[in-house]
Amino acid sequence: MASIDIIKQDELEHGHDDHHGHDDHDHHGDKYQSGFITHYIFSTDHKMISKQFLITGMFWAVIGALMSLVFRLQLGFPEENMLWLKPILGKWITVSDGIGTLAPDFYYALVTMHGTILVFFVLTAGLSGTFSNLLIPLQIGARDMASGFLNMLSYWFFFLAGTIMFASLFLSTGPFAGGWTAYPPLSALPQAMSGSGAGMTLWAVSLIFFVVSVLLGGMNYITTVLNLRTKGMTMWRLPLTIWAFLVTAILGLLSFPVLVSAIFLLIFDRSLGTSFFLSEIFIQGEALSNVGGSPILYQHLFWFLGHPEVYIIIVPAFGIVSEVMSVHARKPIFGYKAMVLSILAIAILAFIVWAHHMFMSGVNPFIANIFVLFTLIIAVPSAVKVFNWIATLWGGNIRFNTAMLFSIGFVSLFISGGLTGIFLGNSAIDIQLHDTYFVVAHFHIVMGIAAFFGMYAGVYHWFPRLYGRFMNETLGKIHFWGTMIGAYAIFWPMHYLGMAGVPRRYYKFGNFDAFAHFGDMNKFITIAAIIVFFLQVLMLINFFYSIFRGKKQTTLNPYDANTLEWTVPINAGHGNWSGEIPHVHRWAYDYSKGGRNIPQTEPLGDGEQDMGNDHH
Amino acid sequence: MAYTLDRTYEERIRRFSSQRYGLYLAIVSMLMLFAALTSAYIVRRSAGNWLEFELPSIFYINTVVIVLSSITLHTSWHLFKKGNKAGYRLLMVLTFILGITFLVMQYMGWQEMTAQGLYLQVNPSASFIYVISGIHAAHLIGGLGTLIVAMAHAFRLRFKVTEIRKHRFELVIIYWHFVDLLWLYLLVFFVFI
Ligand code: HEM
Ligand SMILES: [Cu+2]
Repeated sequence: MASIDIIKQDELEHGHDDHHGHDDHDHHGDKYQSGFITHYIFSTDHKMISKQFLITGMFWAVIGALMSLVFRLQLGFPEENMLWLKPILGKWITVSDGIGTLAPDFYYALVTMHGTILVFFVLTAGLSGTFSNLLIPLQIGARDMASGFLNMLSYWFFFLAGTIMFASLFLSTGPFAGGWTAYPPLSALPQAMSGSGAGMTLWAVSLIFFVVSVLLGGMNYITTVLNLRTKGMTMWRLPLTIWAFLVTAILGLLSFPVLVSAIFLLIFDRSLGTSFFLSEIFIQGEALSNVGGSPILYQHLFWFLGHPEVYIIIVPAFGIVSEVMSVHARKPIFGYKAMVLSILAIAILAFIVWAHHMFMSGVNPFIANIFVLFTLIIAVPSAVKVFNWIATLWGGNIRFNTAMLFSIGFVSLFISGGLTGIFLGNSAIDIQLHDTYFVVAHFHIVMGIAAFFGMYAGVYHWFPRLYGRFMNETLGKIHFWGTMIGAYAIFWPMHYLGMAGVPRRYYKFGNFDAFAHFGDMNKFITIAAIIVFFLQVLMLINFFYSIFRGKKQTTLNPYDANTLEWTVPINAGHGNWSGEIPHVHRWAYDYSKGGRNIPQTEPLGDGEQDMGNDHH
Repeated sequence: MAYTLDRTYEERIRRFSSQRYGLYLAIVSMLMLFAALTSAYIVRRSAGNWLEFELPSIFYINTVVIVLSSITLHTSWHLFKKGNKAGYRLLMVLTFILGITFLVMQYMGWQEMTAQGLYLQVNPSASFIYVISGIHAAHLIGGLGTLIVAMAHAFRLRFKVTEIRKHRFELVIIYWHFVDLLWLYLLVFFVFI
């Protein structure tokens, strides 16, 4: 931020209308020099901020995954002694006769925190934060984001949100426990359950800071893409990654403020006695004075964010997978414009399907019909994307490295999870499936695992761009195959549980004869989850080991890719290119054209047509 | 490793437009916040149990105040470009005073409501008025903050019409008009919806 003194000095020196006086920092030339603190901590360099998002995301992924292991142990082995967890979980393990039991309240807290952490901190900040930051400036040819300062703030608001949520884990009443969607009344009445007091307050404050982070980031991403592209980089020459990040940021900018409005109203209900979401509630036999509120209203506001949010998570993965596939299949992406248009179509539809999460909440069935229609229409652009990915692979000269394997795995998961979405999108079938393990299976496959696969594809692919080294391919392939098989082993059986009506968010099923025979299936799922967890630890070991010891990147463009990020020096400083920013002459996908891969910086030959340019 | 870069003229100009883009995007997200709140109002009202009441009359007078403040700021901008230092400073201060007046009068409006027994907790119809006008007031306070910076420039810097100062002034104006138009929308919404 410009201090007044600087401006004053500037204007004394260049106070005329000549063009030197336009900007108060730049006329001396920017000195992108930095000490330890400004380089590693309060960095304004998008490349460093990208790493900060990634590593913070990894931290949260580990916490979130460990939580899921604890509640999976409860579900798979409900009778087992959990005393050994007491040193970590303390009073949440209750002991009688030497047998430790997980406190039911804490089970709900774990499920809630797992969802919140994974959805917001890992798959939103960790995925879009990492790759938008890394790739937007590098692939469009910009020295940095439009505002490095706001970009830094974006990370630190995320960090602050995380710190607050982390602190809530240690409250004596426990963190919030009413589900990641925070429906009232559990979220609106501090006395509703133990996590609804201080736990929910910290949840709400944390998410508000999180939204600030997303908005600051999003404003920057959009402005940078629209305004700072290098010469020749028309919109139709953008790599699909950039299109994906742009659309993701727009989705966030339009939907996250709505979540803020819901949280504001919740805070009023909680602390100032209003009744936006509360009506005629009895707690322990006593009637509360709140009348006239509507809990359904909260659900509308929440899902107006919530549904676009799931696309905020998956769209960056679309972009990453498209790019990685094209590079390693050494073929132009099939149907580039169709890929862009289908992302746009999905983004628009994302705003008019939210009530498919509320078919069973008492919305008018006639209105539900409209939402069924729009929901099923999403299958069309989704199918276009799947078709184009497969067509890109078809006949390609494929390098089956880890990044490519994760991209292919992504497509498989997206198909499986998309198909179950079509079941859920029918309001009649949803009567049976809503709030069962079928829904859990659906969204973990299509969003959770698929987005992770997109992220892994990106990390393995761009690791050299981040650290100037490669990750170990053998460990990578073990990681891929184990996770691919393991993830299906976890979530495939859940479809059967759900179809049989096993509800989600139940602490234990011992009292339900109808579900008794699923005990072994639950054991199987838990064991698979533990194995998959250790495979992710393997990935982390590979990651950190490779930062210091990985095979060195020796050539500038190791994959023979066309995009601009590979024209930047290895270990480039702030500002990316040491000389002039390269200009762009063609789209990003001239792979195997006339037998070679032609980078975007190479001018068109005589009579050559640019596939991405719309001037023909 | 560090590079020393000389930005071209073109790159500097682009930086200005970046800031304008950024501001417009921020405004879009704020609009979504208010769109959500007013939609919530409609959804909640159609669910019944809704207390009808008259808006405090002071809200109408206040609308004149805030529109006036937009006009004074705009005039200040024109005088600035014409090089009329005194007028530019005066009207900017006037805008600031009108902004403060608006805040004070909003507060009086809320008092008028409580005096009629329309407390925050009485019925969602009243709660919504407090919350929505309150969040609008918070946005206006943000606008006052930018005006303070603009006034600091107006009084502490030697008067010169430079591109950078025009550009900064423009950002303040865009935001202030947004807060003004937002209030007009809210008033029309409360009265007619
Ligand atoms: C063809 C596309 C899709 C359709 C038709 C679809 C449909 C649905 C429906 C109807 C539900 C509500 C089920 C219920 O609660 O009873 C649902 C839940 C969910 N879907 Fe999808 N979906 C699709 C794709 C996706 C994608 C791509 C993602 C994320 C990337 C996703 C994430 C989720 C999540 C997170 C939930 C559950 C939220 C919760 O209740 O906690 N879906 N889906
Ligand atoms: Cu949805």
